[in-house]
This record gives sequence, C-alpha cells and structure tokens, in this order.
Amino acid sequence: MRRTDALGVIALTDSLIDVIDLSCKRDQRSLFEGLTHTFCPGDIVQIEGPNGSGKTSLLRILTGVCSDYQGDILWRGQSFSTDRLDYLNHLLYLGHLPGVKKSLTPRENLHWCSGMNSGHLQIPIVDALEEVGLAGFEDTPCHHLSAGQLRRVALARLYLTPTPVWILDEPFTAIDKSGVGKLETLLCEHAAGGGCVIMTTHQELSLEGVDKINLRDYQPKLVQWQQEEWGIDV
Amino acid sequence: MSNTKFYLPAPSAAAGFVAMLNRDLLLSYRHKGELANPLIFFLMVITMVPLGISPDPQFLASLAPGMIWVVALLASLLSMDVLFRSDFDDGSLEQLLISPQPLYFMVLAKVLAHWMVTGLPLTLAAPLLGVMLALPEGGYMPLCLTLLVGTASLSLIGAVGAALTVALRKGGLLLSLIIMPLYIPILIFGASAVSNAIDGFAIMGQLAILGAFAAVAIVLAPIAAAGALRVAING
Repeated sequence: MRRTDALGVIALTDSLIDVIDLSCKRDQRSLFEGLTHTFCPGDIVQIEGPNGSGKTSLLRILTGVCSDYQGDILWRGQSFSTDRLDYLNHLLYLGHLPGVKKSLTPRENLHWCSGMNSGHLQIPIVDALEEVGLAGFEDTPCHHLSAGQLRRVALARLYLTPTPVWILDEPFTAIDKSGVGKLETLLCEHAAGGGCVIMTTHQELSLEGVDKINLRDYQPKLVQWQQEEWGIDV
Repeated sequence: MSNTKFYLPAPSAAAGFVAMLNRDLLLSYRHKGELANPLIFFLMVITMVPLGISPDPQFLASLAPGMIWVVALLASLLSMDVLFRSDFDDGSLEQLLISPQPLYFMVLAKVLAHWMVTGLPLTLAAPLLGVMLALPEGGYMPLCLTLLVGTASLSLIGAVGAALTVALRKGGLLLSLIIMPLYIPILIFGASAVSNAIDGFAIMGQLAILGAFAAVAIVLAPIAAAGALRVAING
C-alpha cells in the first residue's frame, strides 16, 4: 500500500479492495478490530477463525449488505459507498443461503440472476449448468434437487458472469469431493486471470498460494486478556 | 486494472425491472394456492354477509360500498405478509440488495407483481360481488375505478410494512398495526366515492384524492421499503 497525498486519500497501485482498520461489533460484543488488508488481482484469500469469530460478518461487510462497522473499505482506491453500483457490478457474493428459488427451475433461477446483473453472460446458462454437473436438470423445479445440487445451481453463477471479485461464504458446503476439486480449479483459474477470491471454509484446501487472514489475530485486546485470565486455550 | 477478461457493461435498470417482475409473476403462477387466497377470502366474506345480516336488497345496497371496500382492504392486508418473506428465507433478498440495480425499481417491480396478482383480481371480481350485495346500478363503475387506484396504494403502503417486519418471525400482527392506520384514508375516500356515486353526487374529488395518494405512494413507498429492507438484512 502506498500513501501518496496529504489529504489522507490513499492511492493504490493495483489493488481491488482495501480494508483499512476495520472493526465490527455485534450486540455490544466486539468481533474483530484493526483489520487491515489489501486484496489484489490474483489473490485467493481464506478467512479463518473459529465459529462466531465474525467470518460471515466480515464477508457481509465487504459486500456492503451489512453497514455495521468502523473503518474504511476502498474499491479501487475510492470509498466503496461513493460508487456503490459500480462496485456491486464487479462483485459476486454467494452467502450461506444459496439464494435459489425452490419453485423455479435452475434455468429460471440463473436467468433471473443474469437479468439482475449486467445481463452479460460468458457462456450460455445450459453450459454453466453442465459445468456444475447439473446437465439434464435445467428444467427440473429446484425443490426436486438435493441440498448439494441447490448449492451447485448457485455455484453455476461463477461460470456465468465475469465479475472480478468473488466473495464466497462456505462455498464447499454440501458439495461432493469431485465437485470440490473442480471448484478449486475454478478458483485458481479465476485468480490466474486477474480475479480476486475472498472466501471462508472449514474444509482443508489443496490450493497453492492461498493467503490466510485469521480473525483470531484481530480479536479485541480485552477478549484475549479475559481468555488468558480464565485459562481458556486460544 | 488492465484486464479485458472482466468485460462488464453497466446493468440496465429496465432489464432488472423486467427480470424481477417476470420472476415474481412466475413464482405466483407456480404457487396458485397462495395466489387464490385473498380472492377466496374476498368471495367468502361477501357471500356470507347476506346470510348473516339480512337478505333484504335495500338494506344490502346501503351496506354494499363500505362492505366491499373493507373486505378488499382486509384481503389485500392478508396477502402483504408474504411479499418479502420467502425472499428473505432463501437468501434471494440478500442477492437482491447486492445486485447492481437501484433498489427502488426492484421494490417497485415486486409491488407491481404483487398488485397484478392481488389488487387487480380483487378489482375485477368486485362487480360480481356488487351484484351479490345488490349494489345499485350507478355504483359499479366508481367501485371498479376506486378499487383499481386504491388497491395500488394499498399494495405500495403495505410493502413498507412488509419490509419493516420481514426479519421478524411473527411479524403478521405487527404488520397489521403498522399499516392499518395508513390504509384508513384510502378506505374512507374509496367507500365514500362509491356511496356518493349511488346517491348521484360528483365523485371527482374523491377520485382525485385517491389518485394523489397513489401518486405519492408510488414515489415514496418504494424508497421507504428499500430503506427498511436494508435495515432488516443488516441485523
């Protein structure tokens, strides 16, 4: 990161997202403090931490869904709230819930997603569904699909829209082994192509070159002190 | 970033609006039971009025404008709760909030779809129910007109309440408490327009007021609902 001018505006060379001194509180309880990180093209960043340490909260803050934070988030060097729609246009977020309508077919679900976004598709919807192993299920209502298949419908969006920033919350949940392998390859290709992946997972990844942010390192001081005092193993 | 791989044209609000409207209409079509719910409620209550109160046509005629309006309002209220609920439950509301679309138009599209499957059928069914309640001849046209404009306002105002209560598990009662007071002016002007028309008075004044309500609601209600949705999803 490079500070260039006196006004406190930070000009950054190639970074996509800059997180500066980010803190998040939930119900009076501080989840993490002083998180500073630069997300550049080509990065795959895994957010680590035990349950309840604020992984999902961090991802939701980065998408702009949750505004309950202190600190700055910059999108290409500018506060991400100044050009919110431009930021969102370059973002793909898959949350805990797949965001798939059960009474619609996979094709209809993806059609809606592309309509809501720029509508520019890299490959046809049918091909994207084939990529995630749902060939032949294009027109099956989603309530006939299993949990893993539902998640795959959501994951098909990764093939569809060419957004540089992917924020994935537990993308491997309910996905079988070969599916995980394929997804890892996809993440690598995305990073190699200049994209940026920010994700959480409890799964052991076989990926090379993954940056890790452990939220335990950003726990508030008081909590660390309490844990030592009470003899809790951190 | 000098990357040409990520070619992203700016999204068009019109395309987003149409996608949202299509999806909600398609969803309503798939859930035909829910679709028919307000209409069946409307039909049932109006059918029972002559049975429960009096089958005397003259008495019913004096009751008809207010009765039809009250039941239409309750039927609309009944259907409001589900407007954002299922989207909230399956995560599509989150996707909606982070889509690069102005939330105003997205909410407007959802409300329009909701009105097309509740308010519009209620308006179309109203003349039939007017016959059942022996509504005098001069009342049919004003009844349809006021319901057409009035139910649109009801859907728009109801959307604000639905957005405010979407994150609550049991928001139904609270929703009614929030939006009922806002529904009352529409009820007063709607019902009085129909009675006035039956008595042979001018109704332009009431129609103009209802139109003004609808115009204000179209501009302000989606903004309020969008804000409420952001708050709801934030928590």
